Amino acid sequence: MQEQDVRMHVNGKQVSGKVETRTHLGDFLRQAAGLTGTHLGCEHGVCGACTVIVDGDAVRSCLMLAVQADNCEVITIEGIAKEDGSLHPLQEAFRNNHALQCGFCTAGMITSLYAFLTENPERNEEEIREAISGNICRCTGYQGIVLAAKEAASKMAKDRN
Amino acid sequence: MKASAFSYHKPISLEDALSLLESEEEVKILAGGQSLMPMLNMRFVQPEAVIDVNEIEELATISFNDNVEIGALTRQKTLGTHSIIKQHLPIMQEALKWVGHFQTQSRGTIGGSLCHLDPASELPMIALLYDAELEVASKSATRIIPMKEWALAYMMPSIAPEELLTKILIKPWGMPYGYGFQEFARRHGDFAIAAVGCLLKLQDGVISEIAISIGGVEDVPRRFIECEDVLRGSKYDIEEVKKQIIGPLDQINYIDDSLVTGSYRQKLLKGLLVRSIEQAASRANSL
Ligand code: FES
Ligand code: FES
Repeated sequence: MQEQDVRMHVNGKQVSGKVETRTHLGDFLRQAAGLTGTHLGCEHGVCGACTVIVDGDAVRSCLMLAVQADNCEVITIEGIAKEDGSLHPLQEAFRNNHALQCGFCTAGMITSLYAFLTENPERNEEEIREAISGNICRCTGYQGIVLAAKEAASKMAKDRN
Repeated sequence: MKASAFSYHKPISLEDALSLLESEEEVKILAGGQSLMPMLNMRFVQPEAVIDVNEIEELATISFNDNVEIGALTRQKTLGTHSIIKQHLPIMQEALKWVGHFQTQSRGTIGGSLCHLDPASELPMIALLYDAELEVASKSATRIIPMKEWALAYMMPSIAPEELLTKILIKPWGMPYGYGFQEFARRHGDFAIAAVGCLLKLQDGVISEIAISIGGVEDVPRRFIECEDVLRGSKYDIEEVKKQIIGPLDQINYIDDSLVTGSYRQKLLKGLLVRSIEQAASRANSL
């Protein structure tokens, strides 16, 4: 019982495999599914780099076992751009505003903001800052990230209406 | 930073979960995982078996009749928006703003917060304010534990290894009353350095009923009875309150660690206490 079969939808594709039950979702996505865009910083829930979206909710993939995501719908950073490769407004805005330097935190920032702004894009700066307060960036000083999030939010709001 | 190996069980009924709890050795119960998963990853705990209760739907309900009844598996995210909580326990929603981040509230549960029992955790403070009753079940029996008997010591709730917390029963205060919740942490979502929750009733300007709970300052969150006792029955005047609370504040055995000194915690707690009482009183007055 220390190994189990899992099967989940990741970015619209079926992924399955045998995993050790102790494997967390982040490791499964990186190693079994080959999706190395999800980054693991602290592996104890502090940095937010590992954030992915499971059944519509942003979660820390280091704090969920792969076996717990059995039959779930998962979106990782690789699933944010459109299928034709054109960038999502968030990715576009991150590029425009120099919202990344080393890029280690970026996947978690974007997946967090994706979940947050998809639910409701009409957010002010304070709400945006609060939303990414659980995501640590050691390079940018956050200013560019907040600018990018604001730009993307207004684009997403426009696209919605 | 990888968990050690364990056998994994995912029961879909409470009955199955309780049987497993009885038959397995060295078990950890996995609910939202926002505290247990870090402890597994860091190998602070190395259980033989993990029982995942996330599929037990009967544990994830909220209802109201006389008491607000909250299933232990109810997510913090759900509590934060649920209409029953909004109507009967608005202070819980105020406190939840301080609990982690939206990416952890999507998984974290009320039962998990109560069982993990971090000294700085907000949901136990709310349960304390209302003298909540906790229903725990084992294969052979179900019993109710009053919240004031829940914390035995630092991060140690009074629950046996074969028991599972199933429900939290909270009797809301009758109207009119006011509530206040104040906290200070170094960063939004961090553990509180100090936190205070307060419920109070005013009758002709006199504090007729009051409940205060404090977190982050001692080994366990608790009711601040000494302070309630000096304030109950006295006329509400915030300048007087500031003097009345000095004695009780001096009696606390403040956590004193390398990051935050005890005397700083005491100053902070005083400020937060005054603010939460003021906030509660102004809400009580505006009704
Ligand atoms: S790696 Fe998951 S929160 Fe840091
Ligand atoms: S860009 Fe380097 S950590 Fe954020």
